[in-house]
Order: sequence, then structure tokens, then C-alpha cells
Amino acid sequence: MITFEGVTKRYGDGTVAVDNLSLQVPTGAITVFVGPSGCGKTTSLRMINRMIDATEGRILLDDQDIREIDPPTLRRGIGYVIQQAGLFPHRKIVDNVATVPYLLGWDKKKARARAMELLERVGLDTKLAGRYPFQLSGGQQQRVGVARALAADPPVLLMDEPFSAVDPVVRASLQDELLRLQAELHKTIVFVTHDIDEAIKLGDTVAVMRVGGHLAQIAAPATLLAEPADAFVEGFLGKDRGIRRLSFVPASGLAVSTERGVPGWSVALDENERPIGWRRDGADGLQPFGTFDLKKDSLRTALDAALLAPPGSAIAVDGDGRFAGVVTREALDEALRRAGQVPGDG
Amino acid sequence: MGDTEPLVRWDWIGRNWPGIQQLLTDHIVMALVPVVLGLVIALPLGLASARWRVLYQPTVGLMNVVYSLPSLAVFIVLIPITGLAERTTVIIPLTFYSLAVLIPAVVDGLGAVPDSVRQSAVAMGFGPMRRLLQVDLPIAVPVVLAGLRVATVSSISLVSVGALIGRGGLGYLFIDGWQRQFYTPIVVGIVLVVALAVLADGLIVLAQRLLTPWARARRTA
Repeated sequence: MITFEGVTKRYGDGTVAVDNLSLQVPTGAITVFVGPSGCGKTTSLRMINRMIDATEGRILLDDQDIREIDPPTLRRGIGYVIQQAGLFPHRKIVDNVATVPYLLGWDKKKARARAMELLERVGLDTKLAGRYPFQLSGGQQQRVGVARALAADPPVLLMDEPFSAVDPVVRASLQDELLRLQAELHKTIVFVTHDIDEAIKLGDTVAVMRVGGHLAQIAAPATLLAEPADAFVEGFLGKDRGIRRLSFVPASGLAVSTERGVPGWSVALDENERPIGWRRDGADGLQPFGTFDLKKDSLRTALDAALLAPPGSAIAVDGDGRFAGVVTREALDEALRRAGQVPGDG
Repeated sequence: MGDTEPLVRWDWIGRNWPGIQQLLTDHIVMALVPVVLGLVIALPLGLASARWRVLYQPTVGLMNVVYSLPSLAVFIVLIPITGLAERTTVIIPLTFYSLAVLIPAVVDGLGAVPDSVRQSAVAMGFGPMRRLLQVDLPIAVPVVLAGLRVATVSSISLVSVGALIGRGGLGYLFIDGWQRQFYTPIVVGIVLVVALAVLADGLIVLAQRLLTPWARARRTA
């Protein structure tokens, strides 16, 4: 756990970057600091590994005041991922990843073996190990950056707008990759971004900050969407909060009818029992359809699947894409009503 | 010098080869010692200028003033101290000329280290000295070597001026040829100076390729 206790950063010219910040970053979860530029989110992040020292207040890392730890020692125990990846251009990929193990004095062979293991872990071909950073794409470099941060298996990971310099498609895949890694590793991650959608997608907890270094609200994403603390947070969250919040309500709570249709319509299946369309009674030809995974998807996906289909109903499928049932408009209505009542309690 | 006088008299070269070799060696020493000294001095000065930016402009300004001093004038000042026709008298001003090129090269080289790289080095837990030796300096190498090429080639060319005080390496051949209205030594001198410069430059380029395979992108860009 990382604890900020009344932390203020004031510069010599009187500018206050972070103002009396108190919050807790829970162990094993992703906490996102989000806000417009000038809100102090990056400064807050950098105070954790003492790249910037706080003017007032203190930061505790598992009950120890970080000022009691010598900065290089502290930093070797905290993974760090920076926006432009910041790879060392003169070192091969494998040696970039092995940076912290080398600094910790690991045997070269062991450090390199560990680096190779991490390249695989972040989804990179180990053939890239002998290349130099300039030979990799931006997305690959960023993956190397994540591997490098994880090399010495630090319990804490700081990520400073790590995915903002890559295109949206690559960004989405890097985000998914991070969530996949986190499900295996359970690191304590502090992630800084100015992108509220990224914050909501990645964060277990989201801290919204406003210009002047004030904490506006800290909450789980679903709570944030349902109950923004004030007009600033509401404005920063943007439109469609209601719809977006449905992403946090699991579809598994829906009432599923196992009949292969709704009045006037039936679901057409292929030989593997996978849906291929809606058929109107007495008509030829198939109409568009939408499906959702009953176990994994959210209410938002289910609603989307219903909106895509002329009968207004969604088709539920199992993990292999086989027909599992139909969710009627009435069942969806009921779920939406429940979702609207208690925030974060689907 | 008659109309029948050829541009190059090969027999003269053959007869004087041992002497030419001696001049060549002398030339190489007087050209390279200033570059090596220059590099050794430029590194700490460049590091200091990169660290404390206020030092940069005064240092480069001073070096440019030194660079503008006519070498002959510097020789005249130095002769009473270091002696006429002595290597040292030639090496000292050439060292200053090298510095004028190499200090900015070191500063620019360190300036070429991307901010994200420097920050991630700090965040990984590099101490200041380690960061300098393992991150900043290696990344500065291509820019420093580019400066070294200029310094080396101009130093090789400038040694010849020393002939005016009786110690100019291959420069002696120019004075000799001119005084005797005899082309051969002049041609030999020019060919050897140019060959030396091309060779030295080529060696540095080769070293650059070997030392910094990672910089290929920047070179072709």
C-alpha cells in the first residue's frame, strides 16, 4: 500500500503542483491518476519514487516513509514505465530489459534469462532480443518498456502516460495486455493518464485531479460514473455516463430464456450451433443479430447486441460462441432498471 | 623551372624517401597528439558545460577567440617558452583549435540524449556517475565522433603551418619546393597530407560503425 499524507509540492516560484494530497493506493490493484494537464498527476507519481521530493507531508510505502530510503535503492524496487518508452538506444533489447537486474548486481546470464522470460510474458517475439530499440515499432518499444519495468519483479509499478504516444489500435491492445498481465501478477500499479476512458478501462480505483493539484474524487470507475462528486468531475467524465457505467454490470445477472426465439422471430444456427441471424416467421433470409458472452460480457455488450437486431433481443452465447439463449427486451429493461438503482451493484 | 620540368620527378622521391618518411611520422605525431589531448580536456569541460549551462557560452566564446588567433602569432609568443622548431610549439596551438571543435561536440552529444531516456535511467535507479558512464556518454558518442572527424582532419592540415618556424612535418616539403621552384616535393606533400586526412577520417568512421551499431537509424536519417 502507498499512502499520501497531506502531500504538497510547491516550487521555488510559488507554483503549487500538488496541494495537500491525501489518498491510499491499495496493494495489488491498479490506481489511475487522471486529470487535465497541470493537475499534478505526473508530479504525484514521481514523488513516489523520489524523482521529485515533496515539500510537505509524507508518502509511505508499506508504512515506511520513502524519505528514509536512498533514492537509487528505492527506485530499483519500483518499476517505471515512461511515455516514450525511454529505452536506451545503445543497448540491445535484452539488455534494456535486464537494466535493473544488472544494477542490482545479478549475474549477467541470470539477468538475460530473466529478460528473455519477460519478453515472452509481454507478448514479444524473443527474436527481437538481439535488436536495438530503433528497429522496433512504437508499440513494441512500449512492451519492452513494460518488460523492463517488471524485470526485477518489483511489487510496485509506476506508469506515466505509457500508452499515449501510440495509435488507438495499438493502445487498446497494450491496455488489454496490461490487464492480462495484472491478472497474473497482481502488482500495485499507479497509472497516470489524461484519458478518462483509459482510466475507466484500466483502473480498479480512479483518482480524478483538477488543475492546481487538488484531488477532486477518488472512487471505483462505476461509482465515479454513477455519482460524480461535482460539476468538474461530471464534465471531465464526458457524455453517456449512464451507458458507459453498464460496462461494469455483468451480463450474467440477466434473465435468459432458453427458447430459440421471441414471438414472431427465431434464431438461425449453423451446424455448430452458432447463431447466424434472426429469421422472421414466414419469411426467407436472415436479419442482423448481436451476441454477448453470458459469462464474460457486460450489460452494455448485451444491450448493444439487442440494439443491433430487428427483434430488439440479444442472443446469449457460451464461451465457444454456441447458442445459450435469448434475452428479451423485457429482461433487459428489468436489468437496466436494477442497474440504475444502486451504483456499482449490478 | 623550365618547360620541360615534369610535375613529379619519381627519382627524387626515391632518393629522398627516408627523409619523407621522417617528415610523415613527425606530421602524424604533431597532428594527432593535439586531437587526443583535446579530447581528454574537452570531455571534463564539456561535461561541466552540459551540467552547468551557464558555463557553456563563456567556454565556447573563449575557445572561439582562441580559434581566431593566427597560428603564426601564437608560435611567436610560444617560441621563447617552448623553443623554435620544437614539436611542443606546434602542438599547443593545435590543441586549442581541437578544443574549440570538441567542447561543443561533447556538449551537443550529451544534449542529444533524449529526455525520456535520461528520466528512465534515473527512475531505474542509476546513480549520477553510473548514468554518465553507462547512459549519457555512450549515447553522446556519435556526435562526439563527428566532432572528432572535423578536429582530426583540420589538425592534419594545420600542422603544415609549423613549417614557418621550422617544424611543420610534411609542410617542410611545401617550403622546400617553393624556395627551389621545384614541384615534386609540393605534390608529394599535398598527396600525403590529403591521404593522411582521408585515412584518419576513414578510421574514425569505421570506429563509429563498430562502436555504435545502434546509431545507424540516426545516421541514415
